[in-house]
Amino acid sequence: MAEVRLRRVVKTFDAVEAVRGIDLDIADHEFVVLVGPSGCGKSTTLRMIAGLEDITDGDIMIGGDIVNDVPPKDRDIAMVFQNYALYPHMTVSQNMSFGLRLKRYPRAEIKKRVDEAARILDIKELLDRKPKQLSGGQRQRVAMGRAIVRNPKVFLFDEPLSNLDAKLRVQMRTEIKKVHQQVRTTTIYVTHDQVEAMTLADRVVVMNHGTIEQVGTPQQLYHSPRTRFVAGFIGSPAMNFIPCRIEAADGGLSVRLTDALAFPVPDARAERYRDCTQNGALLLGLRPEHITDAHANLAPGEIPFDANLEVTEPMGMETLVYFPLNGTQVCGRVNPNAGARDGSPLRMAANLNNMHLIDATSGRVI
Amino acid sequence: MATADASIGARRKYPPKYGSISRDRRWALRWSYVFLVLFAIFFLMPPIYMLITSLKTSAEISAESNPWWVYHPTLANYIELLSSSQYLGYFRNSAIVSVFVVTTTMLISVPAAFALSRMKFWGSATLATGIFLTYLIPETLLFLPLFKMFALFNQWTGIQLINRWWVLLFLYPTLTVPFCTWIMIGYFASIPKELDEAALIDGAGWLQTLTKIFIPVALPGLIAATIFAFTVSWAQFLYPLAFTTSSEQLVLPVGIITSLIKGDVFNWGQIMTGALLGAAPPLIIYAFLMDYYIAGLTAGATKG
Repeated sequence: MAEVRLRRVVKTFDAVEAVRGIDLDIADHEFVVLVGPSGCGKSTTLRMIAGLEDITDGDIMIGGDIVNDVPPKDRDIAMVFQNYALYPHMTVSQNMSFGLRLKRYPRAEIKKRVDEAARILDIKELLDRKPKQLSGGQRQRVAMGRAIVRNPKVFLFDEPLSNLDAKLRVQMRTEIKKVHQQVRTTTIYVTHDQVEAMTLADRVVVMNHGTIEQVGTPQQLYHSPRTRFVAGFIGSPAMNFIPCRIEAADGGLSVRLTDALAFPVPDARAERYRDCTQNGALLLGLRPEHITDAHANLAPGEIPFDANLEVTEPMGMETLVYFPLNGTQVCGRVNPNAGARDGSPLRMAANLNNMHLIDATSGRVI
Repeated sequence: MATADASIGARRKYPPKYGSISRDRRWALRWSYVFLVLFAIFFLMPPIYMLITSLKTSAEISAESNPWWVYHPTLANYIELLSSSQYLGYFRNSAIVSVFVVTTTMLISVPAAFALSRMKFWGSATLATGIFLTYLIPETLLFLPLFKMFALFNQWTGIQLINRWWVLLFLYPTLTVPFCTWIMIGYFASIPKELDEAALIDGAGWLQTLTKIFIPVALPGLIAATIFAFTVSWAQFLYPLAFTTSSEQLVLPVGIITSLIKGDVFNWGQIMTGALLGAAPPLIIYAFLMDYYIAGLTAGATKG
């Protein structure tokens, strides 16, 4: 068990900068998820922590020791790969015990640890099988078992669920969370799936173009994204970005979307946006869940407006509606009984209490 | 009712072409059997002729009778050869050379292939291509300069390399090592990279990764390479013909023709017997390892 620190870590492949000087502190027992689109440097970062890639510049510390030049086997880490990477010629128990056997642990100790890991992962009856006799989910469990038996300082997961089908992925996600609750080992988990990131993480690290966009708890990232990228990446369907202006109106402020449509800014937020009246490149950020059908008694900050729906997508518990607004397509989530139909008008309400204002030039949330 | 009848009539007029795929397949199968039988006859003719001739006496071979039938079968050729210490000597030489060459080849080419396919070092790709290029140079081009080199070596050190069977132990690997290395590079390249990374994290060094992971996983490729090396060294003709002359130094392929062809007298019965017995060891090995051999060659062919 240990904390992991990254200090100005840089990785260049030939001329390409994959990771551009990132700083990150991961506490003992913490479950941190690195998330971002492909090519954002998250896997490279994980592989540098594992020691599978050399770092070009900066320092990596595990448990207080700088491990820049320490080979992977001496870093006391365990890694779970996307394609499982089980040794095909060994049985499940041989796969799990391989690392311990190399380190010449006593046989009784090896058996104890393998049995314990098999119990945690519920794979006791698979111990004598070969990997090819296992399903995808079982293989991934074995790969996790191989990590658990080593009792390492840090677990590294490199997109472990990407090869599984959707249903199994959700199930294994819960399994991973349960395992972490039991073994409490510091865990760094890489994924491109923001749902996985939100559901698993104590803290999420959003990466883009080799830099860290934001680090925070899932709630922080969801409610107070710091950049347009994070605002758009976290949450599904993604946040709507609508070009707008900030105007002074009736002693307060309002967000003008079109000549005919302007929403008053709630007082709680007005102070923050006071200097934006001159800014011509602003975006109103509103999540689909904050654009709903207007019901009879609207709360303060909920502003009704009329929309002409283009497309509706009934999901069962809710219906996603899409309509044009100031040149962009906006997505809202309405009650399935609100009467949303393709091509028909609907009275909508925007909840401005959850609005974000983004400077389109810098991409920062104001 | 009338419409129903009409539709049935229409169906009879234009019968749907169900099963056309299986009909095509049946034809393809028939043709492939025709060609396979032709090939089988073509390739089996020589060994069958060898077998028939080996069971005849010299008199019957030279008689004007049907060459494809044995009228007075005899095992005399077999008995004579197998009791001849000379022939057994060739056999022993061939066996020793082949076993040694296969061992050396594997000891060199497996680690070489591992290094070239996995430890990316400066110039590793060029080296891998270079190894394959050396295999493309035929031995017919090499034996003359080699002869000259051996003569020079003799001048400098006084050690005679010509007409020594053990010198073949150094010559044959020049043919087997490049090809086996190439096959193994292809085979190792097909092993996912995560496997050695997992081993690396599990605490294995390079040597342990090779012996505990790569060799067991690439066993079919290893067997293919072994069979290849064995076949090359067992059947090699030019080098032993050029570099060994006296009877006790000869290996089987050269031994048979030098001792059983006296001037222009061909002892066909024994030549055929000797060749047939000589072909037996590779045949037995093939029969046991055929499945692995095919798997190994195809896997090596698509990668690298």
